[in-house]
Amino acid sequence: MSTIPAASLPSRRPVFSRRRVAGWLYQGLLVAGLALLAWVAIGNLQDNLATRGLKLGFDFLWQEAGFEIAFSLLPYSASDNYWRVFLIGITNTLLVTVLAILFSTILGFGVGIAQLSGNWAMARAARIYVEIVRNLPQLLHILIWYNVALRALPAPRAAITLGDVVYLSNRGILVPALTTDRPGLLALSVLVALAATLVLVRGLGAYRERTGRALNLWLPAIAVLLLLPTLAMLAGGASLGVSVPALKGFNFAGGWVLVPELSALVLAMAIYNAAFIGELVRASIESVPKGQREAASAIGFGWWQSLRLIVIPQAVRVLLPPLSNQYLNILKGSSLAVAIGYPDLVGVFTGISINQTGRAIEIVAMTMAVYLAISLLIGALINLFNHMTRIVER
Amino acid sequence: MLGSLPRPLALVAGCLMLAATTAQADSGATQKAIAARGAVNCGVSSGVQTGMSTLDSNAKWSGFEVDFCRAVAAAVLGDAEKVKYVPLEIKTAFATLQSGGIDLLARTATHTFIRDVELNVAWPGVYLYDSQGFLAKKSLGVKSAKELEGASICVSAGSNYELNLADFFRKNGMKFTPVTANTRDQNEKNLASGRCDVYANVLSALAGAVSKLGNPDEWVVLPELISMEPIGPVVRKDDSRFRDIVAWTLNALVAAEELGITQANVEQMKASSTSPEVQRLLGTTGDFGAKLGLDNAWAFNAVKAVGNYGEMFDRNLGAKSPIKLQRGLNNLWNAQGLMSAPLLR
Repeated sequence: MSTIPAASLPSRRPVFSRRRVAGWLYQGLLVAGLALLAWVAIGNLQDNLATRGLKLGFDFLWQEAGFEIAFSLLPYSASDNYWRVFLIGITNTLLVTVLAILFSTILGFGVGIAQLSGNWAMARAARIYVEIVRNLPQLLHILIWYNVALRALPAPRAAITLGDVVYLSNRGILVPALTTDRPGLLALSVLVALAATLVLVRGLGAYRERTGRALNLWLPAIAVLLLLPTLAMLAGGASLGVSVPALKGFNFAGGWVLVPELSALVLAMAIYNAAFIGELVRASIESVPKGQREAASAIGFGWWQSLRLIVIPQAVRVLLPPLSNQYLNILKGSSLAVAIGYPDLVGVFTGISINQTGRAIEIVAMTMAVYLAISLLIGALINLFNHMTRIVER
Repeated sequence: MLGSLPRPLALVAGCLMLAATTAQADSGATQKAIAARGAVNCGVSSGVQTGMSTLDSNAKWSGFEVDFCRAVAAAVLGDAEKVKYVPLEIKTAFATLQSGGIDLLARTATHTFIRDVELNVAWPGVYLYDSQGFLAKKSLGVKSAKELEGASICVSAGSNYELNLADFFRKNGMKFTPVTANTRDQNEKNLASGRCDVYANVLSALAGAVSKLGNPDEWVVLPELISMEPIGPVVRKDDSRFRDIVAWTLNALVAAEELGITQANVEQMKASSTSPEVQRLLGTTGDFGAKLGLDNAWAFNAVKAVGNYGEMFDRNLGAKSPIKLQRGLNNLWNAQGLMSAPLLR
């Protein structure tokens, strides 16, 4: 394929090098070819739509959907429209992606560090974990966890319970839920409290750096996290209650349910992707020169200290680009949710909604736009982090 | 061929080749495509639906949907074996039909307004009158669907049963949690493992589930039937000739039962029947086959391949099958049913 035909090699010396002219020609042809391709594709689409009597348009988004969705973070009922279904799909996809990224990163760091630990048994166990897990398809992981986890758990009436407030059954994990008539205020105050805690932690860290005295961090942090939302709710005159799950009829009522589809999906994706992240972590740590670690131990750093303060900060720079790839894989892999009926974007929108409305082109285009946007966002966040951790030349 | 071109040219040429597949549609195009291909591309359910479509260990398809595909192939090509079965989940079935991936969808697709008007597909007839109901374990102690407040309900993703179900609960002011799956097989597994309390589907599917789930005495179909489901073969709307062919293949099977023509006696009837209706149907007189662009023995071939409608029902879903579904509304009009064929004249 890549051999250059003998005729295009410069045999004589023309005014312009022949190669340069040929280069312009090929580039022009490529652009013209792509334009032609786009033109043919659009014409083709219009023809096919016309002959099949189909039309394009987004008016369907305001039609009533008419079906129920098993699990959603935002309120939803069958009388909501397809736009709402779209939003539910996006939030469900984001939820599973964020959770899978979080858990696979934690587990992956553990596996990566364990592979390099001096403990022979631990290093071998981590190695075996990586080799087994990463060589099985992700879909298989999901199906195994879903079917195995489901079969092992009891029916609601025989649920395993923890003090009659937390229940574990084949309907999922039920935990007590906060109920309020002003959910917006609650969410906002919790966010503010989180931000305040972050500022507090940074301030205390700076104080320690300056004075060398460590202060207890946990008490003030917990106080801010609990007190601020409570005061905000009191000031706003909002009611606050706790709904405890209880067996009613043949199912549970009240509380918040973590459906088994979500738990199985997050578990399977975390375990699968942790194997890859573990390899990335191992490789990036090994890329840090041995002398760094030796220097650290020479000035009295222990194994954990030298890892945390010397090795990992340098390894992270190597780690970030492949890690962002892995995160994008997690996002896209979350669409395998459809195999076990977790209502992600592909399941409820690209699957069910296409069938109920027939608007395949519009729905697929919207879905593509969402995945593209989230992917670019993840890329941008990683780039930002990369920028923050770069080596500053002095 | 592209190997001899310089790389950029090869790329452009390759792209153009990909883009040049244009689907043409006009009346008779489907039939021409079938003749050229030598096979009917027939969309059926996923091959694990007892009574509807099952694929055995010898790679042989059987079932009600499969028999209808065979009847159409026999009518169009004169050979019931010339079918390419395309197993489809309901979620992708209509898109595959619209895009021309199959000629005919012989699945348990219910005729609904949106599908008919918005998806631009047509139902040439009804081959099964079914109703949506609920299947529950007897030990659950539920006597009526009105007691299902808060239940988890297994249902196929993207089906109209999902919509009927939501309507029923809204009408009765109750709540439920759907547990969706893409295939009946997965729904049955979810029901068996207790992931859901009840399974919502049409009666033929529920009867099929019971026959697979083991002891039939452990299961009960709740008395409420929440919908009437006219189920039939589906074709694209733009090819009225093929729509006629499918419609009259179905009509021929129903008419054959009414006229007492069976798989066993069809040759003898063709040779010796003096009934003008039988003679017209089997092509001894008249040119109905030619008017459809088919061989005059089209209906003869279809009945010879799968028997008449009643035989097809009994063998796959009724008394002679493991499902033992009552014929009920699917009896002929003269036996308190709804099945009838337009007149062959």
